[in-house]
Amino acid sequence: MIEFFGWNMPVEFKGIIDEHMAVRKKAGLFDVSHMGEISVKGPEALEFLQYLTPNDVSRLFPIKAQYTALTTVKGTFVDDLLIYCLGENDYLLVVNAANTEKDYEWILSHKREFNVRMENESDCYTQMALQGPKALEILQSLTELKLEEMKMFGAGWGSIAGEEVLISRTGYTGEDGFEIYTLSLKPERIYNLILKSGKPFRLLPVGLGARDTLRLEATLLLYGNDIDDTTTVLEAGLGWLVKFKKGDFLGSTALLKQKEKGVKRKIVGFEITGRGIARSHYPVYVQGEKLSEVTSGTYSPYLKKSIGLTYLPIEFTEVGTEITIDIRGKLIPAKIIPLPFYKREKS
Amino acid sequence: MYPDDFFFAESHEWIKIQGDTGTIGISDFAQKQLGDVVYVELPEVGAVFGFHQSFGVVESVKAVSDIYSPVAGEVVEVNSGLNDSPELLNEDPHGKGWIMKIKVKDESELQKLMSASEYEKFLESQED
Repeated sequence: MIEFFGWNMPVEFKGIIDEHMAVRKKAGLFDVSHMGEISVKGPEALEFLQYLTPNDVSRLFPIKAQYTALTTVKGTFVDDLLIYCLGENDYLLVVNAANTEKDYEWILSHKREFNVRMENESDCYTQMALQGPKALEILQSLTELKLEEMKMFGAGWGSIAGEEVLISRTGYTGEDGFEIYTLSLKPERIYNLILKSGKPFRLLPVGLGARDTLRLEATLLLYGNDIDDTTTVLEAGLGWLVKFKKGDFLGSTALLKQKEKGVKRKIVGFEITGRGIARSHYPVYVQGEKLSEVTSGTYSPYLKKSIGLTYLPIEFTEVGTEITIDIRGKLIPAKIIPLPFYKREKS
Repeated sequence: MYPDDFFFAESHEWIKIQGDTGTIGISDFAQKQLGDVVYVELPEVGAVFGFHQSFGVVESVKAVSDIYSPVAGEVVEVNSGLNDSPELLNEDPHGKGWIMKIKVKDESELQKLMSASEYEKFLESQED
């Protein structure tokens, strides 16, 4: 167990590689209750959220979610998050554990004259994620909600073991799967029931270690490593999040300018062609000059190679570009490869 | 559980003496702590290390760990099988997962190490 921003969390149960492969091939169950939940409600909730984020919140309806960001006036990240529309004028923001307090303060401080009220509800919610090709089959046997019909990012209220739950077709592993939210005071009943039902399918409980290798393989960015208040949404390769047509938002001017001029640097993916594993903060060299640092790096259990992410000046970002990573004093060759590293096959 | 003819360092490496050569690896406890080993940085044959000097690195998915030579000596052989199959360290840490063989410089240094039963007691005391 390790301490993670005030939470006691398991790094692994059976082993990172076994857990990782379980999610890719069968199913894995994560306790992600450390994530933060902030409710935003009121007659101007939509306008408020449109102002705070680059994606188009008006495309949401009950119950649907979208991946988005809280952006600064420079178009950089305060956090990345999911926004759920739970009802008219009723939204739930699901944010990174590390940023829960910060995000809440940020939203509060930007309230201005908007007719909204927010609440940090993180202590009330338990959140679990069931991910993998067998996730649907396992979960369907436990709830009356019709999961087959649920679209990606769709959600619905239902019940598991007599407890009320919100189930969404979301996740951060690159596999099909579901996130389960509950306000129940006995959430472990749900967790244990899923574990038990999933046993014949070879479901494994999954810890933080595999959570990181899975999301990196799927090229899902991690705040603090790959994105923060020094990286813009466009530099992070998340331009698809930005819906300029919806109107102005915090950071839209800066992002529009950057879009017109072209980004000066961009996030790229690389694989080590020598021997070794790249990790966060290892220096990255191009043509003998140190240009950046690895933001995230690991050994990929599914692809069986060392992969990583870094930001490079735009002139060096072409796929195939050879770079060098300083791995604890040794210069190891690597090359830029296309992203995402892993994409699941459409069934 | 730990072989009687092994000596152990507090940093969880073991050494087994055969004549003037010692085979060195990491203990079962160490491989459990590390998790799935995915990469081992082996020393060069001929390299010389002092007592408790770092001679290589073992990387698991989640962490990088230095490994220390239990005694001083010169490397005479390395287990290059670990290059292709680093998981041997997890599967058989006291056998096929051996890391290197050295010519022991000074056998009296073995007195500074723990016997198998002393190591087991040491591990128990760490459990607090």
